[in-house]
Amino acid sequence: MNRPALLTAPLLLFLLITFVAPIGAFLWRGVTDAEVAPVLPRTVAALVSWDGAATPDEAAFAALVADLRDARARDRETGIGSIPRAAARLNADRPGFRGLLPMTARRVEASIEGSMRDAVLAISEEWRDAETWGAIRRAGGPLSAFHGLMALDLRQDAAGSIRAVPDDQAVFRAVLMRSLWISLTVTAACLLLGWPIAWMIATAKGLPATLLLAAVMLPFWISLIVRTAAWMVLLQREGVVNAALGAVGVGPLALMMNRFAVVLAMVHILLPFMVLPLVAAFRGLDPRLPRAAASLGAAPWRVFLRVTLPLCLPGIGAGCVLVFIQALGFYVTPALLGGPNDQMLAWFVGFYATRSVNWGLAAALSVMLLAAVGLCVALYGKLAGFRRPGAA
Amino acid sequence: MTDTLVRFEGVRKTYGTGGAAAVVGLDLDIARGELMTLLGPSGSGKTTTLMMLAGFEMPSAGRILLEGRDIAHTAPHRRGIGVVFQSYALFPHMTVAENVGFPLSVRGVGRADRDARVAKALAMVRLDGYADRRPLQLSGGQQQRVALARALVFEPPIVLLDEPLGALDKALREEMQLEIRHIHQRLGVTMMYVTHDQAEALTLSDRIAVFEGGRIRQVADPKRLYDRPADAFVAGFVGENNLLPGMIEARDGEDCTVRLRCGPVVEAQAVDCGGVGQSCLVAIRPERIAVAGVTASDLGEGALPATLQEAIFLGDYVRLRLSVGDGGDILVKRPAGIGALPEPGGPAAIAWPEGAAFAFSDAV
Repeated sequence: MNRPALLTAPLLLFLLITFVAPIGAFLWRGVTDAEVAPVLPRTVAALVSWDGAATPDEAAFAALVADLRDARARDRETGIGSIPRAAARLNADRPGFRGLLPMTARRVEASIEGSMRDAVLAISEEWRDAETWGAIRRAGGPLSAFHGLMALDLRQDAAGSIRAVPDDQAVFRAVLMRSLWISLTVTAACLLLGWPIAWMIATAKGLPATLLLAAVMLPFWISLIVRTAAWMVLLQREGVVNAALGAVGVGPLALMMNRFAVVLAMVHILLPFMVLPLVAAFRGLDPRLPRAAASLGAAPWRVFLRVTLPLCLPGIGAGCVLVFIQALGFYVTPALLGGPNDQMLAWFVGFYATRSVNWGLAAALSVMLLAAVGLCVALYGKLAGFRRPGAA
Repeated sequence: MTDTLVRFEGVRKTYGTGGAAAVVGLDLDIARGELMTLLGPSGSGKTTTLMMLAGFEMPSAGRILLEGRDIAHTAPHRRGIGVVFQSYALFPHMTVAENVGFPLSVRGVGRADRDARVAKALAMVRLDGYADRRPLQLSGGQQQRVALARALVFEPPIVLLDEPLGALDKALREEMQLEIRHIHQRLGVTMMYVTHDQAEALTLSDRIAVFEGGRIRQVADPKRLYDRPADAFVAGFVGENNLLPGMIEARDGEDCTVRLRCGPVVEAQAVDCGGVGQSCLVAIRPERIAVAGVTASDLGEGALPATLQEAIFLGDYVRLRLSVGDGGDILVKRPAGIGALPEPGGPAAIAWPEGAAFAFSDAV
C-alpha cells in the first residue's frame, strides 16, 4: 500500500464509522422487517404455505396462541415491550393492530379448551379477516417490500397481488412529485437569476469582479437556519415587508406559509451553487470563439445557441444538478416557511423517524429520495457526460 | 488603375477618452485579388486595423469601404469577411466538417450543397479524411488548415489572417506559408495577412504595408520594400541592415556625402534625410558588402580599411563582424566557400557597389 492511501485511511475510517455505516444501517430498515418475526416466529412459519384467501386453519391459530403466550412471558421477565413494538409495526400496515395484538395476547393467557381457532375468534372477529393474517405474513421478514411499496403508495394484499392504495390514503407519490416540482422551479429560477450575474462576474476584471463574487459568496458565511429565520422576519404577517406595504396602503399579504415563501428562500440559499459553476464555465470560454462565429456570419442569437451555450453546457449542467439535488433534500426551509402542502420528502422522513417512530417507512422514503437523486445524476451523466468540454 | 476592394480613409482608433491612439490616420487601399500583408512589431496597430476591418473594433474616426460601401459600423456577422484567428478558434464541440460547414449552415445553405462544398474545401487544404475528427484530435498545422478552409468555404470577398502561423514551428510555418500562397494564387481571393515576421511577409505578399507606432511607414511590393526602404525604420525592420550614424557633409539632389561617426566618409543615396549639417543614418545591406583580406588601397577606390572581429559559419553563408574606424560595427554576409577569408585581427578591406548605401533621417 502506498503512502497517500495510508494517509487517507483515518479519513476513510472516520467516514465509514460516522457516515456510511449509520446511513447504511438506517436505509437497511427500509427493506427489512425485524419487529414481528421474533414475537410470532411460529405464526410466521405457519403462514408460509397459506393461500391468503380464506381464514387460516387451526394450526395457524395454535401457533399464534403459543407465540403470544411465550412473548408475554418473556416480556414480563425482561421488562421489554416486544409485543407493543410488533403491534406498532402491524398497526402501520393495518390500523387496529395496536390494540388487537396486546389484547389478544392478554386474553389467550387463560387456558383454552378445544379449538384455538374458536377461542381466538371469540376474542375478536378481526382474526377472521384474511387481511389481518396477511399483515402478519407481510411483516414476517427478514426482507420486506412493505415500506418500499408504501413509499410508492402501493400495498400488497393477503393474496400477494400489488395494487395502489385508496386515493384518500395516497400521499407519498404526490409528495415526491411536489418535491421534484419545487426543486425544478428553484433550479430554473436560480439559472435565470444566476446567469446574468455570473456573466458579469466572468467578464468583469479586478476589484469589481472580486466584490461581485464576494457578494455572491456572502450567504455561504451565514447559517442556513439563520437565513431562513431572516426570511421569516421579513415575510411574516407583522413583518418588514408587510409593514412597508401597509405604509403604501397595500396588504397585509399572506407572504409566509405558502409555496412562494419556500421557493423564494430556497432560491436565495441555493443561488451561489448555480453562480459559481456558471462563472467557471464562462471564464473557461475562449472569447475568440464567439468572435469567430460572428465573423463566419452568425447573428448574435445564433452565436449564443450554437457556440456559447453548447460550450457552457457542462457548467450549466453542473450548476443545475448541484442546485436540484440539494433542493430535493431541503428540510428546514419548507418546514419553517411553508404550509402543509409545501412540505417536501425530507420533512416526511423526519416525521416518520422522530414523531410516528415508523423507522421502516422513514428509511424507505429516504431510499426513494436517494434513488431520485441517483436518477438525476445518471440522467445528467447520460445527457451531458462527465467529461470536460471539448474532450472527445 | 486596379480594382480597389477595401479602402481605409483617415481611420483612427483611440482607446478610452484621450487614451493613446492605436491607429493614427490610416489610409490604405487593398486591390481585388491581392495578398496584402500588414507587417510591424507588436503594438504597431496592425492587428487593430485587421479587427476594425473584421468588425470587432469600431474606428474612432474615418471610413472603411468594402466594395465602395462604408462598413465601419456594420455588425461583424453582416460583413461577410472570412477571418483566420491567431490560434485557430475552431469550435471544440463540432467536428471538422461541422466547423467548416458552420458559415454555410448559418447562411441557410442546404445539406447536400453544404456537404459538397465542405468536402471541396477540405480537399483544398488536403484534409480529405478528417471530416469526422474533432479539432483537438488534430495537430496544430491541421487545425490551421481547418480554420483556413472554414474562412474560405463561404467564398468571402476578402479573408483576414491574424498571425495565423504564430503557434507553429519553423518548418511547418514555412510549409504553410507556401500553401497559403498557392491557395491565394489558385482561388484569386483577396487576403489581408497580419504578421510581425518580415521573412513571412516577404515570402507571401503581393504588397506589404509596414506599420509602426499606429502609422503606415511604407506600402510596397516585397522587392521594392527590401531594395528601396522609405525610411530608417523600414530599412532596419525588413531584412538585416547595417545602420551607421553620421553627418551629411555635402548634398547634391539624390546624392550625398556622409561622414560616419566612426570616421570614414562615404557616398550614399539620400532618401529622406535632411541637408548639409544634419545627422542621418546610412543603411547598407550586409550581403552587398565585399570583404577581402588586403589593405584598403589594394582593393581600390572607395574601399574602407576594416578589422575582422569574428566569423560565424552558418552552413550556406558566413556572417562576418568587422570593425571600421573608431567603434564602427559592420555586419557582412557572404556565401560560404567563396574566396578566402581574411585572418581575424589582420588587415582587411570592405567595399560596396555604387547605390548600395542609403541615407535616412535618424528622427524616428
